[in-house]
Amino acid sequence: MSSTDSEAVEAAADRNDEQVDGDGRPHGRAGESASADGGQLGAIPRFDVTLRIRRYSAEDAEDGKPAEARWQEFTVTVNGTDRVLDALHKIKWEQDGSLTFRRSCAHGVCGSDAMRINGVNRLACKVLVKDVNPDKPITVEPIKGLPVEKDLVVDMEPFFQSYREVMPFLITSGHEPTRERKQSQEERARFDDTTKCILCAACTSSCPVFWTDGQYFGPAAIVNAHRFIFDSRDEGADVRLEVLNDREGVWRCRTTFNCSEACPRGIQVTKAIHEVKRALLTRSV
Amino acid sequence: MVQTHIFDVVIVGAGGAGMRAAIEAGQRSRTAVLTKLYPTRSHTGAAQGGMCAALANVEEDNWEWHTFDTVKGGDYLVDQDAAEVMCREAIDAVLDLEKMGLPFNRTPEGTIDQRRFGGHTRNHGESAVRRSCFAADRTGHMILQTLYQQCVKHEVEFYNEFYVLDMVMGTNPLGEKAVAGVVAYELATGEIHVFRAKAVVLATGGVGKVYKTTSNAHTLTGDGMGIAYRAGLPLEDMEFFQFHPTGLAGLGILLSEAARGEGGILRNKDGERFMERYAPTIKDLAPRDIVARSMANEVREGRGAGPDGDYVLLDLTHLEPAHIDAKLPDITEFARTYLGVEPYTEPVPVYPTAHYAMGGVPTNVDAEVLSDNDTVVRGLYAAGEVACVSVHGSNRLGTNSLLDINVFGKRAGLAAAHFANDETTTLVEMPEGAESGVVATLEGIRGRATGERVAPLRQAMQETMDANAQVFRTEASLKQCLTDLAGLRERYERVVVQDKGKRFNTDLLEAVELGFLLELSEVIVVGALARQESRGGHFREDYTARDDVNFMRHTMAYKAVDDEGREAVRLDYKPVVQTRYQPMERKY
Repeated sequence: MSSTDSEAVEAAADRNDEQVDGDGRPHGRAGESASADGGQLGAIPRFDVTLRIRRYSAEDAEDGKPAEARWQEFTVTVNGTDRVLDALHKIKWEQDGSLTFRRSCAHGVCGSDAMRINGVNRLACKVLVKDVNPDKPITVEPIKGLPVEKDLVVDMEPFFQSYREVMPFLITSGHEPTRERKQSQEERARFDDTTKCILCAACTSSCPVFWTDGQYFGPAAIVNAHRFIFDSRDEGADVRLEVLNDREGVWRCRTTFNCSEACPRGIQVTKAIHEVKRALLTRSV
Repeated sequence: MVQTHIFDVVIVGAGGAGMRAAIEAGQRSRTAVLTKLYPTRSHTGAAQGGMCAALANVEEDNWEWHTFDTVKGGDYLVDQDAAEVMCREAIDAVLDLEKMGLPFNRTPEGTIDQRRFGGHTRNHGESAVRRSCFAADRTGHMILQTLYQQCVKHEVEFYNEFYVLDMVMGTNPLGEKAVAGVVAYELATGEIHVFRAKAVVLATGGVGKVYKTTSNAHTLTGDGMGIAYRAGLPLEDMEFFQFHPTGLAGLGILLSEAARGEGGILRNKDGERFMERYAPTIKDLAPRDIVARSMANEVREGRGAGPDGDYVLLDLTHLEPAHIDAKLPDITEFARTYLGVEPYTEPVPVYPTAHYAMGGVPTNVDAEVLSDNDTVVRGLYAAGEVACVSVHGSNRLGTNSLLDINVFGKRAGLAAAHFANDETTTLVEMPEGAESGVVATLEGIRGRATGERVAPLRQAMQETMDANAQVFRTEASLKQCLTDLAGLRERYERVVVQDKGKRFNTDLLEAVELGFLLELSEVIVVGALARQESRGGHFREDYTARDDVNFMRHTMAYKAVDDEGREAVRLDYKPVVQTRYQPMERKY
């Protein structure tokens, strides 16, 4: 971390009445002294945290030498309620506008901000800073296995290419009914879990097989195939299963469960992959 | 180096409305979708509750009742012919989605299940009706995913992370005002692209980021409204913004009304159940606008909780944990995840959150954009939150936004393709150097060495909008807001960014987006200042009653120049279309 960074932090910090105990952990209620008795309800402690961020920009290339990735540390003052995304925004807005990452909804439904936080794939908008041990620098890196474009932004195209290859849309034949297709509650429940996917790539980019073999479809594509294979209204299961029977298909999965742990929507990804494998073996859904 | 592309139809935005349009246009004409995000990142995905349609799967219902509820919910500012179209076509819109594969929840008989929702009634207000079709509590997510799946199936051509920053207008051979195309900035490379098209569909969503506390995504910066306004087109009813009472404080993430339905109580910093003072009979379950205004009043009068006294508290601690788990699982997860608050034992900080823009780019029921009260801009269409048909009037009914994007997105896509395929339609001449305005803006910001940073300006704008143009408005507060905004716009002339690069320069785009936000804030406030009445989402403390004699009319705001040569908002008005419903006092 450069000295200018830390000066900027000092200048920007707004540490009213912050209380920090011996081990640096925040406690008490920052700023509370200014409010009346009832103000203690929902009070928010503030504290400093350092983020160690993997930076890369192709535009940093000099004299014919390609640009190299590097680590940079920033210290910011955050509220107890701040997410890692908020800390990244504070850095971008107060210290270094060139820090680049994707984000949109900021509450875990759009899937824009998957990144590696302390070595684990998470959505930056679903992780509170205080929950990732802010005593030590928090490392933030782009998700693995996809080409890095700039800082925390990766090229998502290979990910979406795999998604498209499993034909992620309802396949039917014959005449369309005038009303809705019937589906029982049990049939609907059969594929409920895999309808939750937000295509954030947290699962696929946590998969050790995908890291070393970019041709592997990856967990997210299989999850989206599962969503249709087990939908009673769909008639494309055989075609999709054949796609996933490829040498880069489901058989590459080594059942390490990284994907299930990474999924911010709580989808049981490994179980879904297993169900697709079983459907291939028994040729029945 | 500017690249030029030629298409029949260009759709700007890949949320629900844009992708619904793309499915129609893409099968009929050469279509491109330009989106500043990836397609499934849109805020359509954040919608939970459902999409209303009078399927009558579980009880008697018909679309005329739905129309009445929509008109009444909008406090009679709804164009009733448009509401009829939306509610009549709602049934096919839901069935279309089911046939595309949307996994709706099912009845025991296997048909689409339906549930009750605020303001939706049987027989003109007799009792609540089960009209909302839903997929668990992620209906918007499933709509967005299903529409994207269909776009993949139909091989729709997407230009991802392309920011449309300008629209070029011209004149067709008949001498009519017509659209020539759009100018876009490619995030990955910093290149400028000119898209010529016979038809353009605006589907860019809302403008919630004018406010500090909002349920909206960071990316909802009103770009489509802004480029239309700058192109000389009017914006309709922009002063009407919906505020939902219970957003998580500081974050704006929605907590459903179900929390209060299950017995939750709103308290101020003194622990007082303040709704007893504002609505003695029904207290915390008063209508949304009353609750939101009461909460704002507590904070304004110094009874807000927290270190800055800027929120109130939703107290669930008197409820049994098992009851909370059974009935309010989402709310409790949000509170735990985002505020680190355990609702079993601690009250949850909440504050009204800016939720939805009822106003937007005026269109007719075929999604054609209007350049005044009734003249169509040839080739230009708009649908979804960016548009104002007007089906929501002064207050949108819950679930009608997901319906709006499907009905009018489909209409826009069909109309745009039909227009582009007409053999008499030709490309409108694109003037040489059409991109020069965008280039000058971008290079002006990027080339500036010192000046005003984006974040403090944006924060000041959001703070004055929250303080002065939120649930409570007065002439004095709105004038203060205008003064603040004028100062911020002046400072914005000197806006500077740190990132001077070409690749993925989101610093630069945030500065451009702030330009749209500042201009649209002013439109909202000028409209609110002129509307000396209270109606739906617009409440004036100095004019607390609805005034049908003077204000039963739509606001039409135009970009103009005042006597001293400065940019200004010029207001005009448009009659409301009434068919069968006469205005009544709005009681539930």
